[in-house]
Amino acid sequence: MKDVLKALGNSILKTPLGLLITIKHLFKKPVTLDYPRKKKPMAPRYRGRHYLERYNDGTERCVCCGLCAASCPADAIYMEPEETEHGERRAKVYEINLLRCIFCGFCEEACPEEAIFLGQEYEFSDDNRDSFIWTKEQMLVPHPRKDNPFKKIIRRVRKVYGVTDKNR
Amino acid sequence: MSFWPIAVLELYPVFSWLHDLLASIGLPSAWLQPLIYLLLGAMIFGILSLIALFLVWWERKIAAHIQQRFGPMRHGWHGWYQTIMDAVKLLQKEDIRVVTRDKVVFFWAPVICFVAAFLAYVVMPWGDGLIVADLNIGILYILAVTTFTVISLLMAGWGSNNKYALLGGMRSAAQVVSYEVPMVVSILTVIIFVGSLSMVDIVKSQSGLLFNWYIFRFPFGPIAFITYLIAATAEVNRTPFDIPEAEQELVSGYNVEYSGMKFAMFFLAEFVNMFTVSAIAATLFLGGWNGWEFIPSWIWFLFKTLLIVLLLMLFRWTYPRLRVDQLMEFAWKFLIPVTFANLIVAGIFKYLGWYW
Repeated sequence: MKDVLKALGNSILKTPLGLLITIKHLFKKPVTLDYPRKKKPMAPRYRGRHYLERYNDGTERCVCCGLCAASCPADAIYMEPEETEHGERRAKVYEINLLRCIFCGFCEEACPEEAIFLGQEYEFSDDNRDSFIWTKEQMLVPHPRKDNPFKKIIRRVRKVYGVTDKNR
Repeated sequence: MSFWPIAVLELYPVFSWLHDLLASIGLPSAWLQPLIYLLLGAMIFGILSLIALFLVWWERKIAAHIQQRFGPMRHGWHGWYQTIMDAVKLLQKEDIRVVTRDKVVFFWAPVICFVAAFLAYVVMPWGDGLIVADLNIGILYILAVTTFTVISLLMAGWGSNNKYALLGGMRSAAQVVSYEVPMVVSILTVIIFVGSLSMVDIVKSQSGLLFNWYIFRFPFGPIAFITYLIAATAEVNRTPFDIPEAEQELVSGYNVEYSGMKFAMFFLAEFVNMFTVSAIAATLFLGGWNGWEFIPSWIWFLFKTLLIVLLLMLFRWTYPRLRVDQLMEFAWKFLIPVTFANLIVAGIFKYLGWYW
């Protein structure tokens, strides 16, 4: 009998306490993000979409050596070389299949010209398989560069890899 | 003798204006009264549908913020017209009918559920004089009419020809019938003090501020209020008493086989029912539309009702669901004895005149 009364008293006293806890949580700041409007800042070395860098005068860094394609474990990179009018080598076709790409960053590390970088963008969804094959034009950074938010991050990534614009 | 019931006379400015307007079009005078009643019905239907849509949105926001999420955010400010978009989507959906269904029962179940939810508002005092009909059996009428919901749930369960739906329907029938008893008895405790079943009389007997309300008539008021609230939560099948539609065990209970607009009817009826029980609680225990004079009475009514709705929502996101046997045990072995003891002692006090 005593136990029953104790249990009853406990439940009567402690049931409203549960309500207090939920009310307390009601006024806390949500831990989730209002995603499409607010995005989480990514880590500086996050590996997202690919960028093809240029020199400061606008010529492409990529010389189509094929090291990135050779290092790619997913075999996602395809390229064809061509010669410019100055006799320099560059890529005629440079395609990355984002459906195959595993965003490991080996291409970035393999590149001797510091031409390819993985940026911060991670929203690639599309309703068409063909649009996942990104061409050179899609990946080249515009010249002159727009002041995009990824610029700083790419600079910092270069610093991490020990490369700056000076020792080009 | 006037055709008009008292309440419509109290709504005089609006309805005399409507009456004159309709008469000036040249409608025969015999049509005027039915037409005005039709308009009244349409008005209440529209307002309640809006309230139900609002409550769905509110519930989602409250649930989200208790779990520290955002909830709907995409449609308008904090997703305020999310439920309207949901309703539009449900309207466009295909009305899937099971081949093995019981045709008549399957069709009428959502209709009865929907209509029964709205019937209680015939005698609901929205504000000072804002009542469709002041029946002298007001609260009894509400109790009689809202119980129709059980029949519709049972019909939905049976008509779907689905074991989960049937289980949900049976459970809800058992639950609602058992919790009807403590609910009615705790309402009776208030009726003893009022001495009348009319909703208007109940509100008028607690005119004034805070301490005239029945929730503050110690000790019977608070006990009756708490038991009523528990029984009402069970009555509208909300957590912690939501075994009829326990998502984890019964998929969704009696409405598994329903889709499109029929499902929406069940869904809206559920929220209208929640508003109904909260409105009854506000009227019986919290003084209805009584409050400070400078705030319109209907705002007081809505405020108090929404406060109790908020409480029901907090219940839902705080307490875990009871088992069937626990539920029945709680109703028959605890709640009913407590409410009856409360009623009897209150009756004795009232009879001896120890209580006002």
